[in-house]
Order: sequence, then C-alpha cells, then structure tokens
Amino acid sequence: MSEGARGRGSGPPTPSVGRSAWERLRRRKTATAGLVILGLLLAGSLAAPLLMGDPNEVDFAGVLQPPSLEHLLGTDQLGRDLLTRVAYGGRISFLIGALAVALGLAAGIPVGVISGYVGGTLDLLVQRGVDLLLAFPGFLLALTLIAVLGVGVTNVVVSVAAAAMPVYIRLVRGATLSIREQAYVEAARALGAGDAAIIVRHVLPNCLTPVIVQSTLQLGAAILTAAGLGFLGLGVKPPTPEWGTMLGEGQTYLLSYWFIATFPGLAIFLVVMAFNLVGDGLRDALDPRMRVLGS
Amino acid sequence: MRPPLGRYILRRVLYALPTLLGVTLAVFLLVRLIPGDPGRIIAGLLASDEDVQRLRIELGLDRPLTEQYVRFLASVISGDFGLSAVTRTPVIVEIGIRMRATMMLAVTSTALAVAAGVSAGVLAAAYHNTAVDYSVMMVALGGVSVPVFWLGIMLMLLFAVHLHWLPAGGIGTPAHLVLPALTLAAFSTAIVARMTRGSLLETLGLDFVRTARAKGMGKWAVIIHHALRNALIPVVTVIGLQFGTLLGGAVLTETTFAWPGLGRLLVSAITARDYPVIQGIVIIFAAMFVVVNLVTDLLYVAIDPRIRYE
Repeated sequence: MSEGARGRGSGPPTPSVGRSAWERLRRRKTATAGLVILGLLLAGSLAAPLLMGDPNEVDFAGVLQPPSLEHLLGTDQLGRDLLTRVAYGGRISFLIGALAVALGLAAGIPVGVISGYVGGTLDLLVQRGVDLLLAFPGFLLALTLIAVLGVGVTNVVVSVAAAAMPVYIRLVRGATLSIREQAYVEAARALGAGDAAIIVRHVLPNCLTPVIVQSTLQLGAAILTAAGLGFLGLGVKPPTPEWGTMLGEGQTYLLSYWFIATFPGLAIFLVVMAFNLVGDGLRDALDPRMRVLGS
Repeated sequence: MRPPLGRYILRRVLYALPTLLGVTLAVFLLVRLIPGDPGRIIAGLLASDEDVQRLRIELGLDRPLTEQYVRFLASVISGDFGLSAVTRTPVIVEIGIRMRATMMLAVTSTALAVAAGVSAGVLAAAYHNTAVDYSVMMVALGGVSVPVFWLGIMLMLLFAVHLHWLPAGGIGTPAHLVLPALTLAAFSTAIVARMTRGSLLETLGLDFVRTARAKGMGKWAVIIHHALRNALIPVVTVIGLQFGTLLGGAVLTETTFAWPGLGRLLVSAITARDYPVIQGIVIIFAAMFVVVNLVTDLLYVAIDPRIRYE
C-alpha cells in the first residue's frame, strides 16, 4: 500500500468490471499451483541423498539408455542415471538461485535505501552507476563477469547477483523516495526520531512488499541465468549435476538421444515457471496497483 | 509551447554519451581486474614474450591507468579494438564478419516478437477473461519461463530430427533462420503480449473509450481507431528494453544452432580467454543496447503527443 496514495493520474489502473471474485480465485489457484510445483521439486531435491545413489556413478555398460523401469529418465553418455542427476541438480540450482538473490539483496537494499534517503549528489552518482550497469544486458553482464572471474559455483553466484543488483537498487530507492515524503515519516522526525530509526522502523518495512515480489521473480531469473552459463560451459563445472551444465556436457548427444536434453531442461522450465506463478500471484495479492500490467 | 523536437533529440543523444563512456571505462577496468600481467592477458597465452613486450609498449601498460584509459578510449572510438589473442586478426574485422548474422537474427526475432506479441496481446484484451485470454496468458507464461537454449533444442528435435522440415543448425538459406528466430523471439513475444494486453485493458477503461462505446461504436472499431494507438505507447519502451534480453538470448541461441554470429564468437573468446575480442564484443553489445533504447525513447515522443520533452 505504500505507494497506493501516489496515484499516476491516469485513472483507475484496472477496469473494475473485469475483476470478479472468480478471477481472484483463479489467480490464487495458479499461484498455488506454482507453490505445489516448487514444493515437490524442492522436496525431491532435498531428499535425493536419502532416496538415490551417487549422481556421478558411471556405468559404461549402460550408456545412453532410454527411459525404462530401471532408469526412469534414462542414462547419459557416461551411463549416469538421469533421474538422480536431475534431482541432485535441483540442489545446486536452488542453492545458486537463493544465494544469488540473497547477495543481490544484501548489496542492493542498503545502497538503494541510502541513495533514496540521502538524495542529492550521492543519489545522482549511485543512479548513474545503476544506469551504467543497466546498459549491459543482464545475461551479458553475468557472462562478462564470468569471463573475468572464471567459472565455478561461487563466481556464478557473484555474477548472477551482480546482474540482479541494479534492479534492487532502483526498486528500493523508488520505494524509499516515496516513503520519505509520507506524513507519518515527517511526524516521526518531528518527534525526534533519528535517520537510522526512521530507516529501520518505517522505510525498510515499507520496501518489503516490492522486494518480496521482485525476489520471487528473480529467483527464477537467477536459476535461468545460471543454467544458461552452465549450458555454455561457463557455469558450474562438470561433473557437478547442474541442469544447464548437464545440457552443455551432453551437447554432442542432444539430437540423437532426446532424453538427455529433455529432462534437465524440463526441470529448469518447471522451476522458473513456478517461481513466476508465485511471484505474479504475490504481486496480485500484495500490490493491487500492479495487477493488470504484469499479468 | 513545446520546445523544438530537434533540441530534444540532441539532448537525448548527448545524454547517452556518458553511458557509452561509462561502458568503455567499466570494460577497461574489468579486464585490468584480472589477476596477472595485463600485457600477457591481452596478448593471450599463445603470444611470445617479444609480442607481450611489444604490446606493453604499444598500450603503455607501464603508464598510469588514466593515461592508459585515454589511449584505450581513443582507439575504441577509431574502431581499433586491438588484435585477437588467438587469430591475430584485428578484433574489429572479426566483429564485422559476424555482425551481419547477429543482426539478421536479432531483427527477425524482434519483428516476430512485435507482430506476434501485439496481436496476441490485443486478442487477450479484447476477449478478456475468456478462454482466448487464458490461453494467451498461459503461452506467455511459458515464454517467459522457458530456457532459450532448451527451447531451441526441443524445436530442433521436433522440426529437424523428427519431421525433417527444417535444418538443425548453420546458416545459409532462409530456412536456416526459422528455428533460431522463433527460439530467440519466444521470450520477447511473451513480454510484448503481456504488456500489450495490460496496457490495452487499462486504456479500454478510460473515459474517452467509454464515450466512444457509448456513442455506439463497436468493440473492434474502438480498439483499432482509439485504444490501440494509446495502448502501444508503453509497449514501444518495453520493446527497447527487451532488446537487451534479446542480445543475451542471442548468445545462447547462436550457440545452440551453430549460428555464426557475435554471441557465439563471444562464448568461444571467453573459453579461449581472448580478452581483446571479449572487450570488443561487450562494448559493441552494450552500445547497441544503448542506441536501441535511445531510438525507442525518441519513438515514444513521436507517437505520444502528450509527452513534454523538457
């Protein structure tokens, strides 16, 4: 609601006619579907060590086996069980997504809040810096950083986080700017509250809504970027079963053995779609102003 | 009342210059952040010690950073990105050879995304809350979620391997362009469709549209004659911003389809640690993105008379 009072002067953002209770329910349903998909995939990934064997166990007698009862998703070019690898891959992908978003937030929130709260020259400098980062298309920025830092899990996390950070800075700065001018913040200041207290008690909690929505969507985007890097052979190193890396590693076999590419890619697709469903649902629920535009 | 359009355009162009300068500075600093001897890094692992020494003098690597940057900037502006550390050909020549393929792919995909995205978005808005709307939104959700390289592989499996309708990779005939362009366009199409739908729904709720409807104008007449023009204004901006994602996607698409463009060159340069080529392509890509956004900003003014260009 933090920005609700600041109308855009272009009339109601949604045609109120079309917003029936039925549609809200449908939206909640799609968000629920997203949560269920995420829950299943996350549970499967977490339980992988309990249920399955070693994802790197090679079996040269059984390479490139199509799906069967023994290997539900088939085996890859080294005879490794694809189901096991896809399940273990979820651990890597979820971890990279979570760490990258956490790192992006850890860097983006303070910079955004300070830039918006302090204003003036500092704000101008920070915003020019953000402009500069946004001049690099996101995936390209991550790719460039990988070129400099080298491959590996840590560098993938850092690169993906750096690509997401400018979005957070801009988002949090915008929220901070609008909150700073609110009457209750002025009242708090008049009562003698210091800047730190105002930031912690008023500004940060009010930034939370857009940040939560954005982070959910960013989790999917981060996993997608990391998988793209992996596919190019510039992400997580083989034999670690990251989904994109699995596709890149099996590149020569992708067109001859359909199951090599299909299942790891399907996993990425499902996870990203689920995060998008939940993110869109959260936005609808938390920020009515954004309802039509994003969906 | 309105200041002349020419001055506004000039101001917008001048405003893009610092960003372009910043791009070159960022790339310059990044390459120098790599641990190790910058002479060796720029010359490449295959270069002889004499080559490295010559490069060191040529680039003034013993001089202060500011001086090095000014030299770097001067050569970039004159189109000199140095020599590839692998092939020893000028980077600008390497880029020139592959630019056409990338542009062909990017322009086709953008055209496809605009045509399909706007049509789908209009349909979804016109049939709001019906099966048409839900189907468009469902496909769009798929479009923003699907990994571009996986979509490419799946399309190849279906249309090249299974049905034998189209070639699986490479370049040459128009048929070679179909699958890469479809693959690359998927994400942008989805975004354009979502934006068109949202924007058109918003416009359809405005007073002047209600008035037109109340006058007895039909739904489609109102959409085509009144609402669409207004609704497309934010879509133009989104198309510009999409171009960045498109360039990133081009790197993946080109690799998937063995499409001999800049993206594929970038990946092989990163693998080979060919920093002059990496530098050159990153600067070119960022510059293309900045220019495309500048153009969409100007288009925005051209189609929306309400914008005050201060």
